[in-house]
Amino acid sequence: MSKHIKENKLFQKDIIINALKASFVKLNPAVMIKNPVMFTVEVGTLIMIVLTIILLFSPDPAQGSFIYNLTLTVILFLTVLFANFAEGVAEARGKAQAESLRKTRQDTPANLLINGGKVKKIMSSELKKGDLILVSEGEIIPSDGEIVEGIATIDESAITGESAPVIREAGGDKSGVTGGTKVLSDSIKVLITIEKGESFLDKMIMLVEGASRQKSPNEIALTILLAGFTLMFLIVTVTLHPFGIYANTPIAIAFLVSLYVCLIPTTIGGLLSAIGIAGMDRALRANVISKSGKAVETAGDIDTLLLDKTGTITIGNRKATNFFKVNGMDENTFIKYCAMSSLADETPEGKSIIELAKKMGIEVNHSAHSNEKFFKFTAQTRMSGIDLKDGTEVRKGAFDVIKQLVLDNKNIVPHEMQSVVNKIAEDGGTPLAVTVNNKAAGVIQLEDIIKTGIQERFQRLRKMGVKTVMVTGDNPLTAKFIANVAGVDDYIAEAKPEDKMNYIINEQRSGKLVAMMGDGTNDAPALAQADVGVAMNSGTQAAKEAGNMVDLDNDPTKLIEVVEIGKQLLITRGSITTFSIANDVAKYFAIVPALFIATIPQLQTLNIMNLTSPQSAILAAVIFNALIIPMLIPLALRGVVYKPIGAEKLLTRNLLIYGLGGVIVPFIGIKLIDLLLTLTGIV
Amino acid sequence: MTTEITGILLIFGLAVAMAIPFGKYISRVYKGEKTFLDFMSPLENLFFKLSGIDPEAQWDWKQNIKAMLTINFVWFILGMIILVSQGVIPLWNPDGIPAMEPTQAFNTVVSFLTNTNLQHYSGETGASYFSQMFFIMFMQFVSAGTGMAALALLFKGLANKSGNELGNFYNLLVKSCTRILLPVCVLIGTIFIFNNMPMTFGGATQVITLQGDTVNVATGPVAAMIPIKELGTNGGGFFGPNSTHPFENPNYVTNIVENIAMLLIPISMIFALGFYLNRKKFAYMIFWVMTAGFLMLAIPAVVLELQGNPAITEMGIRQDMGSMEGKEVRIGSAASAFWGIANTVISCGSVNSMHDSWTPLSGMFAMLGMQLNAFYGGVGVGIINMFVFIIIAVFIAGLMVGRTPELLGKKIEAKEVKIAILVAVAHYIFILGGTALAVYIYNTTPEAAETLKWLNNPSNHGFSEMLYEFTSASANNGSGFEGLGDNTPFWNISTGLVMLLNRFIPIIGPVAIAGYLSQKKYIPESAGSMRIDSPIFGIVLFSVIVIIGALIFFPVLALGPISEFLLMIK
Amino acid sequence: MIKNLKPAIMLTILLLLLLGFAYPFVLWGIGQLMPEKSTGSPIIQEGRITGYENIGQNFTDEKYFRGRPSAVGYNAASTGGSNKGPSNPDYLAEVQARIDTFLVHNPDVKKENIPSELVTASGSGLDPHISPQGAYVQISRIAKTRNINEEKLKELIRNNIEKPLLGLFGTERVNVLKLNIALDKLK
Repeated sequence: MSKHIKENKLFQKDIIINALKASFVKLNPAVMIKNPVMFTVEVGTLIMIVLTIILLFSPDPAQGSFIYNLTLTVILFLTVLFANFAEGVAEARGKAQAESLRKTRQDTPANLLINGGKVKKIMSSELKKGDLILVSEGEIIPSDGEIVEGIATIDESAITGESAPVIREAGGDKSGVTGGTKVLSDSIKVLITIEKGESFLDKMIMLVEGASRQKSPNEIALTILLAGFTLMFLIVTVTLHPFGIYANTPIAIAFLVSLYVCLIPTTIGGLLSAIGIAGMDRALRANVISKSGKAVETAGDIDTLLLDKTGTITIGNRKATNFFKVNGMDENTFIKYCAMSSLADETPEGKSIIELAKKMGIEVNHSAHSNEKFFKFTAQTRMSGIDLKDGTEVRKGAFDVIKQLVLDNKNIVPHEMQSVVNKIAEDGGTPLAVTVNNKAAGVIQLEDIIKTGIQERFQRLRKMGVKTVMVTGDNPLTAKFIANVAGVDDYIAEAKPEDKMNYIINEQRSGKLVAMMGDGTNDAPALAQADVGVAMNSGTQAAKEAGNMVDLDNDPTKLIEVVEIGKQLLITRGSITTFSIANDVAKYFAIVPALFIATIPQLQTLNIMNLTSPQSAILAAVIFNALIIPMLIPLALRGVVYKPIGAEKLLTRNLLIYGLGGVIVPFIGIKLIDLLLTLTGIV
Repeated sequence: MTTEITGILLIFGLAVAMAIPFGKYISRVYKGEKTFLDFMSPLENLFFKLSGIDPEAQWDWKQNIKAMLTINFVWFILGMIILVSQGVIPLWNPDGIPAMEPTQAFNTVVSFLTNTNLQHYSGETGASYFSQMFFIMFMQFVSAGTGMAALALLFKGLANKSGNELGNFYNLLVKSCTRILLPVCVLIGTIFIFNNMPMTFGGATQVITLQGDTVNVATGPVAAMIPIKELGTNGGGFFGPNSTHPFENPNYVTNIVENIAMLLIPISMIFALGFYLNRKKFAYMIFWVMTAGFLMLAIPAVVLELQGNPAITEMGIRQDMGSMEGKEVRIGSAASAFWGIANTVISCGSVNSMHDSWTPLSGMFAMLGMQLNAFYGGVGVGIINMFVFIIIAVFIAGLMVGRTPELLGKKIEAKEVKIAILVAVAHYIFILGGTALAVYIYNTTPEAAETLKWLNNPSNHGFSEMLYEFTSASANNGSGFEGLGDNTPFWNISTGLVMLLNRFIPIIGPVAIAGYLSQKKYIPESAGSMRIDSPIFGIVLFSVIVIIGALIFFPVLALGPISEFLLMIK
Repeated sequence: MIKNLKPAIMLTILLLLLLGFAYPFVLWGIGQLMPEKSTGSPIIQEGRITGYENIGQNFTDEKYFRGRPSAVGYNAASTGGSNKGPSNPDYLAEVQARIDTFLVHNPDVKKENIPSELVTASGSGLDPHISPQGAYVQISRIAKTRNINEEKLKELIRNNIEKPLLGLFGTERVNVLKLNIALDKLK
């Protein structure tokens, strides 16, 4: 499905072993009752066990031979085991995936900072929320936390699989660090933000484990539907007993139990929880930690996707590509002012300005200006700058902000500046205006590079019925240009954090479900408001708490995958349900004639599969019913392929495969098993 | 034979042609828009004023259901009083018909209260004219009105983008009677009188026949009751043999009119849904699904009845007219079979031939019509039943497009699924459970055939008689394999309870769902939503109904009619 | 409870007056405009009712055309069908007996010409009709008993055939009572 998903083999040895163990552990009726369909199969098996034992001591020809009853009992028991096994495999895989992540955070030494500067060596398992630790070059970060001081290069490959190191620093939106990652350079002070055992990963592991797993709303609804079907067929089977007596054809208990087990939706009943767990597992494989099963499900329903331009639509960050001065100022002086104004600008754009200036031979450095007054860039002022010792005030920022500043100081905005700004914006670049002493000085051109292939992805989303919205701090012209090129449906330009929030609320008011991704503290409210909020792992703790998923890769395009994983989960549920019910048609043609053929030989006409004998017909149906569960485990775990071809085509496609296929397959399967049983002389 | 086929094509064609404009009219009535019958308003307002009802008061689903149950309770008491005391009521009882036995009265009251009209009594000997007019015919109006009003509540619930107001049950009930049922009945009644259907309060007439026998001919105010019997999909006849009786269905014209009358409102309601919700394509989808189901049952039944009884063919006589046992020559096999299937898919249950004597597979199609219980259906309740299947189909198919399922912009969640599946299961439990109980009693009674005197026919057919009775009761249909000796306390009470429960459960459930959906957040459709008006969803819906129904009933049908058929053809 | 019952009771009474009383009264009034039709179209001969056009009568006399078998012996006060199942052995024996009886009474008729409605009971037990074939097969018997030319009888039947509605819809049939009345008049 995507480059992110790690393709593990479905069945590894240790997973199988764990799942086999689980198959038996889950036989506990107190556990089974959570799955009403399979619980009744377990009860049916118990009835058969008792009956078989009775038959051993007092044979009753009306109930069939001991061996035949024993065979049926064993197959029914296997049916239950297979269902448990399916759930077991899904759990084991999920756990294995989570464990492999957790391995990275095995007990590591930690340098606990105690009362001012002293360092105490402890183990990571002893860390508590609120502890302050020091991590130096070459050390492993012992737990999740937030950098409170310093900047460091960190290798996150253990978590994300991405080998390129990333920079994390105090303040700003890149202050989050994950336990298990390694500091490559510098040292940082980290505030521990989680209690042991409460990391998102720990929570995720709990979600895939049976014990504390909460069924998602849709899974509950489907369970109810399946329980309803089970009840229906229970009535069919129970009432058949007196009807058989009326027709002078008493039906053997083994036959009734077999009929019942074949009719109830055991296939979906046995695979339902595996499908749910596998959905979360797929998310995990995409390096997305979901805080609940519901979040994955909701992802499938998303109508509107809020995507940050940077990193999602465009590669990385904008880079400065040109300086345009607009008044008589010397070109080099202008560039120097531009560079100086960016010294306090920690955004990538700011850094790129210094770099560009350097390339053009003009170098400024922080230390030379360390006692001058910096104005940091904030999302509110959208300006940064510096007050030099000589009293020169340099400001740089979005054109509208700067324009206001110039006008407020009773200066004019030259026509030239306006046209440069427009030109840059129309070409999809971002103009940054610069003032010196509140007089218009010039414009810096920042340019975006749109990711290749992004248009196709948006088209795919459109076919899925998902509206894409680009969120950017750019001015409307630039935003429009990029939106058009990338093919998004809408954009929010010059976005302030509250704009995002308002947009989400508006969409939700008209009934839509909204997903967004965010990292910063000021994203937290919007992340909480969104129906699916994916926080980047590098983001602030607040953002991670607010969202309902965490992306370990910090990859903004991940949202698209999350939506597909959600859809796939739902489709798999629907398709296997359809398949399961469609299967009953063939089973009926196998079993019903077999039940009455003894007294009403004319019913042979209904034996369209021409099965050898009533005994072989019933046995074949029960065997098919049992075997189909393990045969579908790979499908349940991998999920039905999702193709964004529009709802109608998708429905037609899945109906043909799982509906029509579900009718046809068992005819073939039962006939083959019957042939095999006959050839081997078992019946 | 060709003219018999053209006859049924005419009936069906006319019914559908009239249903579209009539559906539009019904939708206008329920929306409270202007109609040409607005001159009824003063009368309706007088009714509301005298009863202390504010017709404009908007109620949620619970208040509406409460009102429905309350007035049905009043009708129940009224019916019991009238039927057990009809012998002493001096009015309109020229033939001196005595009081009904209590369990029979219970069965009869429930039967008419629930729009079932299963008749364990025979009209000409069991009910006085007073009972026929003041209880039976009255109930035929108001029970139909109840179903229609319930559907109007559902319409409102589905149309709402928010809020919990479903309308006012009393208002909808009265309007259903005054604006829809009553005017059409007067029109049809006039046609009937014109075609020699009696409308008299005189008692039975003594006749000395041509060859000199003396015989009493029962008559009565037949032309008043028959219009509402058909139009309200009640089915309870004035005379025992229902519309086979020459006074109840005098000629081919009345047969056409009666048959159209029973089809009219159920089909109109489909289009009314489309007009009300402004989703005509959705209505057409439902229409085609229902029609496909109806034709799937009707065509083979017509063919089989025209072919005649294979056992009689074997005797070497001509069966040009088809299987004629229990049928009338003026109606013919084709129109009898068509009527019979129409009557069973619609929960009408009036008969113009004796279903018990139909060839086995036709009898099976009649039963299937009631067991599937989703094709056209009774007035109002037909769409309500279909709604349950729509919920189930939306849930399964909705998942397959990768969204949590939604219907008309509202999410279908656990609560809705739970109600829908329980309503569906209830019908199956009542049919199979009821039949199993009867069969169990039969199995365990020594010399059952003689002791119980239930079954008019042996073996598989006898089984079908019992199955048919509970099927008919649960589907609120009312027709029967009338060979069954059903006027006994067991049958009176058991089928009475089944009728009662499976009348109100399938109304309360879906109306509750509509109430819940009404309050949910409205989600506009997108390219990713499943379109419920598409042909492919129609196929899903049809498959869900047929496959579930077939799975539930295949074993019993195999034991009953299928075995009988296979044994007959040898 | 009482508060809720009151409107329900009151509304019931009012609807009862409208639907149970006023409605049939209106139709009764309409019926008074067609007094003959609204009493079921009785056939009056010599000042007394000898039957109703649409209510079949029992004809056992050899000189009359016979109608269909009736499960209630044409008792118009308590009507009904046989409700016999198509495979019921007792029923099939009964049909066989009817065929045999018919052949005894109509010795000239070949078995394969007997139409099924003559040996099967109608739904109401009062079916006034038989098919034209059902009348034709009885000609030889009537002709012999009454000493009437067979051709004349054929013509009588032809004249009494009721065509399908507009010639397009429904069955072709003969009203036995009307046919027999016409037969009586033939002399």
